[in-house]
Amino acid sequence: MVSRVTNLGRSGLFHWLVQRFSAVILGAYMLCILGSTLLSPEMDYAHWKAVFDSNLMRMFSLITLLALCAHAWIGMWTVSTDYLTDLQLGTRATFIRLLFQAGCALLIAVYMLWGIQIFWSI
Amino acid sequence: MKDNRPVNIDLTTFKYPLTAITSILHRISGIVIFAGVALLLYLLQLSLESAAGFAEVTALLDNMLIKFLSWSVLAALLFHLIAGVKHLLMDMGIGESLAGGVLAAKLTLIFSFIAIIAAGFWLW
Repeated sequence: MVSRVTNLGRSGLFHWLVQRFSAVILGAYMLCILGSTLLSPEMDYAHWKAVFDSNLMRMFSLITLLALCAHAWIGMWTVSTDYLTDLQLGTRATFIRLLFQAGCALLIAVYMLWGIQIFWSI
Repeated sequence: MKDNRPVNIDLTTFKYPLTAITSILHRISGIVIFAGVALLLYLLQLSLESAAGFAEVTALLDNMLIKFLSWSVLAALLFHLIAGVKHLLMDMGIGESLAGGVLAAKLTLIFSFIAIIAAGFWLW
């Protein structure tokens, strides 16, 4: 019961879909940043800042940040409900798993707010 | 959903064919990335702050430990990306046989090995 309480979408199919949509966004962003870094051999501050300094890129960065948070939550939830169970940890499993998941949620919130701060201030 | 279904997720009793290795590496790389985002955000924030901050990041990346950590996160990202593309292709029904799965696992390992080595050369 407790493991299902932490399942935000309440549906495996929903998670499956979110994980794939967010993956495509994350992959596209990674290739975009990698490409713009590799294609400019003389990378300096002005070039680097210019990569992120447009409304289009700001949107792309923030949407990617959102995708990262969703993707990370589903991934860490999946891993923790597989490997932090009574099978491995005995009777304390639920407590340890919830503690781990709370830590993940906290870190995700930090990433989200920190990322917004970074991309908004460019 | 019944909660008393028989399950076996005891990793010590598993056999590990190539497909299982890429699957577990996909999970491990995901965990590494999740922690590594903190480093990436820190470096990104510093590098975008000012020209002095950018120079500081360049200097930080000359530090062996930071360089190695960055390479590790980059390696995890590259593997996760390539294994993820494999996942999406299989979702589309491409290579959904046992032979296809083994071949896809091999290609994932080969491509990511090349990409990770290339990333190392690029960083160093």
